[in-house]
Amino acid sequence: MSDLHTELKKSIIEQLNLEDMEVNEIENDEHLFGDGLGLDSIDALELIVLLEKDYGIKLTDPNQGKEIFSSINSMVDFIEKNRTI
Amino acid sequence: MGCKIYINGISNISPQTDSVFEDQAPLEYETNILPSLKQDYKSFIKPMMLRRMSSAVKMGIFCAKQALLEAEVTMPDAILVGTGQGCLQDTEKFLVNMLNTNEGLLSPTSFIQSTHNTVAGQIALDLKCQAYNMTFSQNAASFESALIDALLQIEEKEVKNILVGGVDEISPQFTGFQKLNAQIKDENLNNLDLFESNTPGTIVSETAAFFSLSSVKRATSYARLIDVQVLNILEPSDLTRRIERFLEKNEIAEVDLVILGKNGDNRYDRYYDEIQQGIFSDKCQLGYKNLVGDNNSVSSYALWLASKILKEKKIPEIFMLNALTCNKPEKILIYNQYLGRNHGLILLETCDF
Repeated sequence: MSDLHTELKKSIIEQLNLEDMEVNEIENDEHLFGDGLGLDSIDALELIVLLEKDYGIKLTDPNQGKEIFSSINSMVDFIEKNRTI
Repeated sequence: MGCKIYINGISNISPQTDSVFEDQAPLEYETNILPSLKQDYKSFIKPMMLRRMSSAVKMGIFCAKQALLEAEVTMPDAILVGTGQGCLQDTEKFLVNMLNTNEGLLSPTSFIQSTHNTVAGQIALDLKCQAYNMTFSQNAASFESALIDALLQIEEKEVKNILVGGVDEISPQFTGFQKLNAQIKDENLNNLDLFESNTPGTIVSETAAFFSLSSVKRATSYARLIDVQVLNILEPSDLTRRIERFLEKNEIAEVDLVILGKNGDNRYDRYYDEIQQGIFSDKCQLGYKNLVGDNNSVSSYALWLASKILKEKKIPEIFMLNALTCNKPEKILIYNQYLGRNHGLILLETCDF
């Protein structure tokens, strides 16, 4: 697991108030929404804010979200390619 | 009010446990800002929902569900909440975030939950209840305002079951303002010494109390709610006359005991002194803010206390302000005011009649 994977998981736990959850409890390929981690639409908005605040990425196309926020792996992949900070 | 309204389920969260009613020693605090006692929230609220909730929302949903459970009501016909300040913790989080990011990147969660009606809305979402949903914010008369609506709903709309409650939470910035504004005492004191302090301000707290009201009496009903009144501006010298008029309107010759919102603020406790030494000098007088502190909806705790007294026919000594007791409490008047404004009167009686 890369440093970015760990960093992102820590940020998600903090930003989404996932109390009682540890970094190692989130699998890299686990679905973040629906049957996986169980995040919802408000969490999606929080993740958009997180991407912009921590990595300088502004999502312009809402349709991208479903793919990017699919799992930790997909988010890390997108951040590595698009980060500005 | 001509209609019969019964209190069939009650629940509260405060800085004290319910066992204070069973004559167990009260919890003592050496600070002037009292947090509520933590509860097993996970037993009533899903963890994924719980993670976003501030104290007020957690307390509100927890108490609401407990009160409904006791009354065996699964779906109320209305949800009414009184809160003076609403969800302050999220309001502050949102505003601080705004300042820190120069109005740039704002978290949606704290914004969504910063409004006054968050508690009532979250209760409705949790219960999947699409019925009438209203929040009342009128400083210290917020809970009384919600109760008045409950009385009107049951009287005019033939509504059967209403969930009504009062809730307020503490938050760092707001209590800071209250301190600057002399609403909180400068000196730290033991809460049990509150009534002996002769200084401005009081001790503040976060509390919630919810009630399942119904037009139908049950064998397990706590009490009958007779009437509620709010008086915004009042001089101490007018208080006796207004209380007498309120009792006359409800054809009550006299009450057996009074529960007073005395809070140790030497600028405004004269309202209570007026009736303690006057109209109610020969009645049993109770106080509760030395135990649970003060906030804009804490009179809901007084209604919880009155309900328990009427059902269990017992007056715990820890609440007594004078030496007079009452063997058979049947009619109770609750009186509360804050900073000399927003005076609330709640009248209730035993279900035994």
